[in-house]
Amino acid sequence: MQLLSLRNLSIASVAVIVAAFSLIFFYAPLDADQGFIQKIFYLHVPLATCALGGFVVAAIHAIRHLRTHDPVHDARAYVSIHMSVIFGVAVLLTGAIWAKASWGKWWVWDEPTLVSFLIVFLLYATYYPLRYAIEDRERQARYASVFAITAGAFVPLNFLAVRLAQSLVHPRVFATADGGLPGSMMFTFGVSLAGMALLWVTLVRYELASKAARAKLSRLRRALDGAGPGAATSRIAPAVPSQAGSG
Amino acid sequence: VSAFRAILAKDLRVELRTLQSLPAMALFALTTFVLFRFGLDRESLSGSLAAGVLLATVLFAAILAVNRLFVAERDEGGFDAMRLAPIDLSALYAAKGVALIVYLGLLELIALPAFALFFLDDAAGILPVAGVLLLADIGLAATGVLVSSIGAHSRARDLIVPLLLLPLLVPVMIAAAGAAEPMLEAGGPSYDGVAKWLGVLGLYDVVFCLIGYAVYDFLLED
Repeated sequence: MQLLSLRNLSIASVAVIVAAFSLIFFYAPLDADQGFIQKIFYLHVPLATCALGGFVVAAIHAIRHLRTHDPVHDARAYVSIHMSVIFGVAVLLTGAIWAKASWGKWWVWDEPTLVSFLIVFLLYATYYPLRYAIEDRERQARYASVFAITAGAFVPLNFLAVRLAQSLVHPRVFATADGGLPGSMMFTFGVSLAGMALLWVTLVRYELASKAARAKLSRLRRALDGAGPGAATSRIAPAVPSQAGSG
Repeated sequence: VSAFRAILAKDLRVELRTLQSLPAMALFALTTFVLFRFGLDRESLSGSLAAGVLLATVLFAAILAVNRLFVAERDEGGFDAMRLAPIDLSALYAAKGVALIVYLGLLELIALPAFALFFLDDAAGILPVAGVLLLADIGLAATGVLVSSIGAHSRARDLIVPLLLLPLLVPVMIAAAGAAEPMLEAGGPSYDGVAKWLGVLGLYDVVFCLIGYAVYDFLLED
């Protein structure tokens, strides 16, 4: 994450995503059962993987925050969860479109991955009211980190429970997507996954940089005109020291 | 261990003298059963429907107890006293967890017979279901104490607790309902696939007890 400047990272993610989309539309073969709609798989699954991976990253930052009490890690955990929740909305939308096209319904309760993801999404959606409910900045950051760690452990447990809750005779429609994926599809999927991961990292870096810039700006403004109106910042977004964007 | 015992004894004594949580929980559970009776328009339940009604009622009643768990500490400055005392704060976590398990156990002592009386044609499954509920209570207490401590320091306490707790309890609900379902089958209890669910419940209990133990100190330091 530290190796690339923000500009190079942006160029790289745009390039990989363009490559991924070209592969999706011109290289990957049409699915024998589902035809064209199956191509949403290359968007939906990488989005979901990145969102869940982002929650794990947030938990790691949260652990580091609790150990060091450095607000930079809290800011990173916050932005990671923020970005993953946004990705989560996209996952639920693309999932619904895929479900409608291949099963005829917008929502299917007996697909474990769908249900688990919804539960995880709902849990992380409570991250914002949690932060909002705690006045003291330092305590807010600490509690948010505790939440991020607890929720991070919750994610795999939840997937296990929901998966077991499905009767084993239920046919897994996408069994082919798990195992016997042909090489060309696998390659396209890999490129899409890399593209989405890069996109996630880039957006996280942008948000951190913007937060750092805004914090610096309001600090400068306050230095200029005393305790002026510049003090007005978001109440739930963590305060970011100005070096966070580049760190 | 002595701190743990002192806090637990204090909590149970306070509850015994003030009766703040338990009667409310029991009354809430009974009322919810009556609501389900009319909402579902059934006079007897079995299988998954019975398990769902029972578990949903117990979980919602548990939220009342979780909400009230740290009220005394917050209002009377008990948190500061705990921080000042030369004790390991994990003792507070453990004591509050055990107190919550005791409350839930007592609640189930009332709610289970009532449930059997209201809805079950054959009450043979009640005893094994009580065992499942006990496992569920441990997981509930492990997450409940964490969420309750978070809630105690926030402005919208009554809002934050259910909001955080309900999604965290979804695996408990799934596993406990899965285990209770065959036990509440109309033709008498059976135990198909119960072991799998008990395993999930046990795993949840262990994982969240460990996490609670690891992160609890950070919720109290100031």
